[in-house]
Amino acid sequence: MNFPSELQYSKSHEWLRMEDGVAVVGISDYAQHSLGDVVFINLPQEGDEAQAGEPFGDIESVKAVSDLVSPVSGVVCAVNETLLDSPELVNQDPYDAWLIKVENISDTEDLLGAEEYESFCAECEEAEG
Amino acid sequence: MKLIFEKSVAGRRCDILGKCDVDYVSLPEGFARQTPPALPEVSEVDLSRHYTALNQQVHGVNCGFYPLGSCTMKYNPRIDEDMAALEGFTDIHPLAPESAVQGCREVLDTASRYLCEISGMDAMTFQPAAGAHGEFTGVLLIKQYHDSRGDTGRRKIIIPDSAHGTNPATAAMCGYQVVNVPSAPDGCVDIEALKAVLGEDTAGLMLTNPNTVGLFDENILEITRLVHQAGGLCYYDGANLNAVMGVVRPGDMGFDCIHMNLHKTFATPHGGGGPGAGAVGCKAFLAEFLPRSALAEEPGHIQVRSFQGNFLIVVRALTYLMSLGREGIPEAAQNAVLNANYLMEKIKGTFQPAYDRVCMHEFVLDLGPYKKATGVSALDVAKSLIDYGMHPPTMYFPLIVHEALMLEPTETESKETLDWAAEIFRKLYDLGYKDPDYMRAAPHHAQIGRPDEVRASRNPVLRWEEA
Repeated sequence: MNFPSELQYSKSHEWLRMEDGVAVVGISDYAQHSLGDVVFINLPQEGDEAQAGEPFGDIESVKAVSDLVSPVSGVVCAVNETLLDSPELVNQDPYDAWLIKVENISDTEDLLGAEEYESFCAECEEAEG
Repeated sequence: MKLIFEKSVAGRRCDILGKCDVDYVSLPEGFARQTPPALPEVSEVDLSRHYTALNQQVHGVNCGFYPLGSCTMKYNPRIDEDMAALEGFTDIHPLAPESAVQGCREVLDTASRYLCEISGMDAMTFQPAAGAHGEFTGVLLIKQYHDSRGDTGRRKIIIPDSAHGTNPATAAMCGYQVVNVPSAPDGCVDIEALKAVLGEDTAGLMLTNPNTVGLFDENILEITRLVHQAGGLCYYDGANLNAVMGVVRPGDMGFDCIHMNLHKTFATPHGGGGPGAGAVGCKAFLAEFLPRSALAEEPGHIQVRSFQGNFLIVVRALTYLMSLGREGIPEAAQNAVLNANYLMEKIKGTFQPAYDRVCMHEFVLDLGPYKKATGVSALDVAKSLIDYGMHPPTMYFPLIVHEALMLEPTETESKETLDWAAEIFRKLYDLGYKDPDYMRAAPHHAQIGRPDEVRASRNPVLRWEEA
């Protein structure tokens, strides 16, 4: 499994990359792998508020529907609309298939570095049996 | 197989419609369609074979074992159908004068009395058309209650993380914010977590008991007391009532309102999309908010569905209640629990229960370790069961158990059937270690192989188009 070292990760398995004060958010390789084939993604609209630790959308695989949790508080300034028609891109390359970009960031969740996140995922795997 | 539209031959007829015995009238200008509807034209024998072929493609309770957890796929006695087919019930009109439908009134009143007795409630409506509709109606009662007292700051409905997806959907539909509480390691409500989210903004709690992992929450009195103490109301999702009907009453557990899926717990064939009946009962202090038929004496009441809901489902439920009687209803619940525990014990040692304790009417197997060892998933096991003529259990639910298979054998299955089912589970357990690839490609002998679920979800074809 892939854990790019330049990204930060949340315990709800989203990744975050800062680009000139704008937060780019997606889901991790571990998340897409656990979900299985993604069939539908529900994203907010530009201008919507995002709250750190709160859902901003949901993602549906053949197994289940899960919340997408925002790692930051701010205003959604871009939405990856390609994913609405091609949700499979999240499975193909989860680090390229970003979901939303957030600006005016006022708050950030406690995030993990790549190494920390990798061991967190190993624990999750263990807990699953 | 071909659709009936594809079997159509222009001009072919079958003679099943009687002669029209009323005068023909012409529709006003502009209302009549310009082209005839594209109805299939087939002979009676083609029609009969078509439906027989459809019947052979599916698996129902009448075909074999159907342990679909949380759905209560029990056998539905024929007498229920016979009663629902009586002309006195089928040949009435919803606008008929009260004096002409006193028998139907008696059915509704008697069914309401019996179901109030079983649920521990004081009043009931039969309008909701199914379970989720009943939930919606029940949570609206809670909302109406708070609003009527000017208590409008209550914005949150508390729901355990093991709940059916319809619970949070219902709360959201009613305009509430959903607060998830995590389950304790034993699968029941985590009391401390519950305390932490209760407050002045709590409108209510939605709960099933036995819960979604098939366990009776022994803290139920404490749970409902805490919610009431915070000023919220308690809603009982009757999804799992089959395990406790006639034995313990939700009203006595501290619940204020409830829905019951008459079509599952009280035996109407279901699973094909209805019709169903999600009767909603409540304590006396909520009765004034119940929906009423527009024909009722008091005007101004809101309705959630026209007239009395799906009346014939109530006829079936009443027939079921009357044929089982005061002794039979709790006995059915006890047998449902006994059957589930028997099957769980017989499977144990191969696939492991997610919670190793006495279960209620259903239990959850955790195939996580098995998948790790063999690479065979819960889905693969479910598909393999089809080859043995068994309907797969519920898969990947509840969400708090990964690789879950949820089995609800129901009370109507014999010991022989349960022994047979356990034997197949044990056989498949071993097969996963010997030939995992075979299981990953199952089913091998079914009418339909393994459909491409991903493609079906991403590009669903929902409508037949003429070639």
